[in-house]
Amino acid sequence: MSQKREAAIVGIYEYPSRDVEGKVSALQIKAHSAAKALEDAGLSWKDVDAIYDAGDGGGMSGLTIAEYFGIKPNVIDTTATGGSAYEFQAAHARRDIAAGRAKVALLTYGSTAHSNFAAIGVGGQGLHGASVQPSDNMESFSGSTLVANYAMVAQRHSHMYGTTPTQLAEISVATRMHAMRNPEAVQAMKDLEFLDIRETTIEDVVTSRIIADPLRLLECCMISDGGGAVVIASPEVARNCKKKPVWIIGSGEATKYPENGGDITTSAGAQSAPVAFADAGVSPSELDVAMIYDSFSITVLTILEDLGFCKKGEGGSYVEGGRLRFDRPNDGPALNTDGGGLSSNHPGMRGIFLLLEATRQLRGESTSQVENAKLAVAHGNGGMLGSRHTAGTIILGGD
Amino acid sequence: MAEQKAKTPRRTTPKLTELDTKQFWEATKDKVLSYQQCDDCKTVVFYPRAHCTGCTSGTLSWKTASGKGTVYSYSVVRQSYHPFYKQMVPYAVAWIDLDEGPRLMSNVVGIDDPSKDIKIGQKVELEWEDGETVNFPIFKVVS
Repeated sequence: MSQKREAAIVGIYEYPSRDVEGKVSALQIKAHSAAKALEDAGLSWKDVDAIYDAGDGGGMSGLTIAEYFGIKPNVIDTTATGGSAYEFQAAHARRDIAAGRAKVALLTYGSTAHSNFAAIGVGGQGLHGASVQPSDNMESFSGSTLVANYAMVAQRHSHMYGTTPTQLAEISVATRMHAMRNPEAVQAMKDLEFLDIRETTIEDVVTSRIIADPLRLLECCMISDGGGAVVIASPEVARNCKKKPVWIIGSGEATKYPENGGDITTSAGAQSAPVAFADAGVSPSELDVAMIYDSFSITVLTILEDLGFCKKGEGGSYVEGGRLRFDRPNDGPALNTDGGGLSSNHPGMRGIFLLLEATRQLRGESTSQVENAKLAVAHGNGGMLGSRHTAGTIILGGD
Repeated sequence: MAEQKAKTPRRTTPKLTELDTKQFWEATKDKVLSYQQCDDCKTVVFYPRAHCTGCTSGTLSWKTASGKGTVYSYSVVRQSYHPFYKQMVPYAVAWIDLDEGPRLMSNVVGIDDPSKDIKIGQKVELEWEDGETVNFPIFKVVS
């Protein structure tokens, strides 16, 4: 295999609490996670010479966080592309390390979306209203919610390809099954007062309450508090870290926005994924694990197609029969083995958790471990699938 | 201090200080649904903006849409926390393809059951909902 091994994930940490009851700030979650991820790698603050920040700790991102951490990095990257920001940042960290501009890169995330009762998901007004961008000014009068925005993709996908609610439900069912095996996900569901914490059936999903047609409650992600951190290092540093490195072998990034006559059943992933796979020198059929941003069931279905696991329009039949479970290694990659945004952790920008769980899988540390996992994809989607969004694809390879 | 009137919830109203879309919303005061087309390359530009996205030399002209269009996709909102929209549930939001090309996000109204009486591909036509400062272009099903 001619994989480029220029940078590796060497330290990870996922903040365990999904409900901090207003007693911990986003900045504190970022710093705590950073320290723990550095410990996981066997590194310290003084080793960090590159910082990546999406502005979740407050204004003047990059500066605020450098001062708060007490570090003076040589590379300051403030890429903020919503939920995909951490896939973009991982790509940029690899690029910066490969160029010799840094040796140890630190990515952090902290959010108190649940404590703040931020209506980012179910019934919320999404990204509308906060700014006066031209697009907001044209669309917000309609009262479209964030869920409705994604639901319009599901509706169109169903119209074009015959995708059914029971097919979409497969995604929720597989993800919940993985969540029930992850103690932190189970605790998250308890803390967030999920009504019925157990494995679900397709029947459960398709009879749950409709939020915005055709999407139902069990197809929508939770709104949690949380955060995490990732440490990425050069090969020289990686060799001396505590855990075996997980190599970043491919990346791609893209944008998508409404266009007259455009197709909303295809996401920006259709542009980012081929670039990432070509960069990595691997094909989708070789992958063991797919960490895909599951804001909603339809997000995953669309992106499975756009990543090339099946053809456009065939996502519905592809996911049938429990194919996405971790214990079906011969049927293509396992999906969201940590329990996903649907059932484990979604504080608003889930992208970092995709990198964390993909890394656990390639280290052999997942609670739903895919046997002998060697290749994983982490695909973040930021913004809104039914209108404008970003896509970041990262391909990871085990040591 | 004078007694304060309870504020009636309203639709989210566009800001006329936003320079790219100001003229679109100004035109709605006369119930005109407008869009832009490039004089040079004929690209239809929507949402409105000051430059052509099809060529670098373009001058954009404002056109008036017929108000006829097709439902590209839709959803029915059943849950909203917004003081105005929560009293409207269930209501239909949709991407509407106007016959002239622009795709806009709006509502489909005038139907008994939004979860059953709207279909993708259905023909719709413009209807104006009166607002306080501007009017809102919404759509009804063509029977």
